[in-house]
Amino acid sequence: MSRISIIILVVVCILFAVSWLTKTNALDGDNPVREAFLVTLSAFLTLAIMSFMYKDNPYYKFAEHLFVGVSAAYWMCVGFWSTIVGNLVPRISDSLASYFMVPPQPGTLNFLYYIPIVLGILLLMRLVPKVGWISRWPLAFIVGTFAGLNLIRYLRSDFINQISATFVPLVVDWKGFGDFFSHLSLSVGSQFVDMLSNLVIFVGVFCGLVYFFFSREHAGWFGRASRLGIWVLMITFGASFGYTVMGRISLLVGRLTFLFRDWLGLIS
Amino acid sequence: MGNIGVLVVLLLILGGLVWLLVRALKGKEVERRVIFAFILVAVAAPLLLTITFEMKPTPIVRALYDRIETLPPDSRVLLSFDFDPPMSPEVQPMANAVTRHVLARGLKPVFMTLWATGQAQFNITLTDVIYREFPDLVDGVDYVNMGYKAGNEGVLNVIRTDFRKMFPTDVNTVPWDSIPVLEGIRSCSDFSLIVSLGGGKPGVKEWVLFVGDPTGVPTAGGVAAVVAPQLYPYYPGQLFGLLGGVKGAAEYESHFRDNYPQFESMDTPAMVMMGPQTVAHLVIMAFIVIGNTLFFVTRKKEGRR
Amino acid sequence: MRREIPLGITIFVGFLAIVSFFSPPLEGLGEDFTLFFDIIAVFAFFLGGGNLVRLHLTKLLKKKRDWGFSVVTLVGFFFMLAAGLFKIGNPGDISASVTAQGSLFATLYYNVHLPLSSTMYALLAFFVASASYRAFRAKNREATVLLLAAFVILLGSTPFGQLLTNWMPGGIDILEIPNLAVWVMSSPNLAGQRAIMIGIGLGVVSMSLRLILGIERTYLGEDRG
Repeated sequence: MSRISIIILVVVCILFAVSWLTKTNALDGDNPVREAFLVTLSAFLTLAIMSFMYKDNPYYKFAEHLFVGVSAAYWMCVGFWSTIVGNLVPRISDSLASYFMVPPQPGTLNFLYYIPIVLGILLLMRLVPKVGWISRWPLAFIVGTFAGLNLIRYLRSDFINQISATFVPLVVDWKGFGDFFSHLSLSVGSQFVDMLSNLVIFVGVFCGLVYFFFSREHAGWFGRASRLGIWVLMITFGASFGYTVMGRISLLVGRLTFLFRDWLGLIS
Repeated sequence: MGNIGVLVVLLLILGGLVWLLVRALKGKEVERRVIFAFILVAVAAPLLLTITFEMKPTPIVRALYDRIETLPPDSRVLLSFDFDPPMSPEVQPMANAVTRHVLARGLKPVFMTLWATGQAQFNITLTDVIYREFPDLVDGVDYVNMGYKAGNEGVLNVIRTDFRKMFPTDVNTVPWDSIPVLEGIRSCSDFSLIVSLGGGKPGVKEWVLFVGDPTGVPTAGGVAAVVAPQLYPYYPGQLFGLLGGVKGAAEYESHFRDNYPQFESMDTPAMVMMGPQTVAHLVIMAFIVIGNTLFFVTRKKEGRR
Repeated sequence: MRREIPLGITIFVGFLAIVSFFSPPLEGLGEDFTLFFDIIAVFAFFLGGGNLVRLHLTKLLKKKRDWGFSVVTLVGFFFMLAAGLFKIGNPGDISASVTAQGSLFATLYYNVHLPLSSTMYALLAFFVASASYRAFRAKNREATVLLLAAFVILLGSTPFGQLLTNWMPGGIDILEIPNLAVWVMSSPNLAGQRAIMIGIGLGVVSMSLRLILGIERTYLGEDRG
């Protein structure tokens, strides 16, 4: 380690200790020392990740590697207790169910529940290169289930229902030309705006689909429809960008709120 | 003093942007760390000054609010906490706001999650909303937390027709038959409303595809902003309401507080976040304009050469 | 047989998932098989954890570059695993929720996992700002339309947009920026997203069909001996 690295490490440790002491004095509650330590730890881990914005450094790497380990273990533990203990154990063993204090679930088809155990163990064989090929069996089960479920759902909700929802009335609340022109306005909820919205939806979906049809040359009227489709898609991507910016900024606001409120106590 | 602070901060940021624009007109770029510092100040300063705005709910947000308002008391509502810590600044406020509204109306929420992290995120709502604002409510009688199950769409496929098969107990291993809130519930069709709060996969889309559409149960969502535009095709037929990002959460909080004066002192984190959002959005727009100015100036210079 | 059996499994399970949707007597069996899938998903988590340990242990034992950080990963992993599997410090008994308040597992989640994962994603705010300055160029008409739509949404999402255009008379209030933003989202954005959704839906259906019929076999990997 270079001299500058040692100096930085010492400064970080001193700042950690100062923060811990200061927070301990500032906090009420049953165990202010423990709470102060945890808040300081969270704050320093946050700053370690944020230090990447300056440049890659050992503190960022430490935080990143810690995150990977903790995250993997979290999902394993919650998955084990919720689904293995919650759904598998009560069906295969009354004694195990009694040990884990979960109510047993008797059933005539419970013997089938040894299948996921076997397939699960086969999946773990992926860790052993020589017999890793056997993990294709549970993988095939997963792929088959996904394919079967998704085929029906996407066909119904993302295709049929979407097509059906596109066929909106292009003429809304029609009471004759006189009434239409006398109430013509660009106010929210007006007849003209509603009709315009429906027209944009109907034509926009159609032209957007035309753009994605690459089996035919985009020339003539087909090409014009395709160009209109591009314009609609550009508005779509612009809207997505706008919302993406909002989302990303929110994440930063969230972390800064923690630092300013919970750690530094600058805001209530 | 607060208003002067706001003015000073806005003037400082404006001054910085003018400096960037002048550099762009001269064809000079700035280092990315300057941009990073800019956005940090643009977000931090309004946060420190606690600038908040009143928000008027848009129709898509209002739809969820009005639906909860019209449900009869004791209706069972399924709330799914399908998010993790990165989404929590946007989704946690909406989760808290919807939970508060549901409980204030005397409805019976059943909580669950398709994300392992959702289980821990729900505990935040439990502490900040249920224990703090509704201390008389009894777990199992007035609400219940069914916890997490692995399997994503697989979970939805089972609970669509047999809820108990997937969740034989609640998160604390209390058996189904000992939970009064679940009496009469056989499948998702027996709920009056389903609200999925999340922003990834599985999330609102999967709830619509696997539960909402097949069962016809009214389904709404609260999602991170990144995902919100992608869900509009489902509105209003398959998804009757949607809270999109922190703006949707702020609109919901504001509207709820206006109509429930007894909750006037409640936490409104989403409304507080709108201050930094506003300034940051303006700064981002300025960056786009300045960046394009630089682009055109540079292109013109290269054209002359 | 190394490829035929998994193919057979895919075809059988895929068909069962579809048929159980149309045939009520098979609905229960379909639910059971879906539960099997959910249980196998947890084993996939174990596989992920096992792979992580194997990777970092190898790095550590062979003293590869940055092996010291692998120690951090392994310590964090095993510490969290022990806290969760043995419910250390859990105020309840073995039946209590693993994420119960006050447990070591919950403490590690709220004070290590939560700040780390949140901050990782919070960095994206900086990158989106940098991209706005460096990358988003109005090089042609289409890009300009994209940026204009983004501007309407960005302004409409904030009270500043209302401030800019609230002078507009009622007859043209659709042009008020917040109202315009709502209209953009619920009309042209909806149209474009729907077109994309229909295209993706068709893609998913055709890929699912190919998988179930055994035409698509890339998920089986290469056959080595």
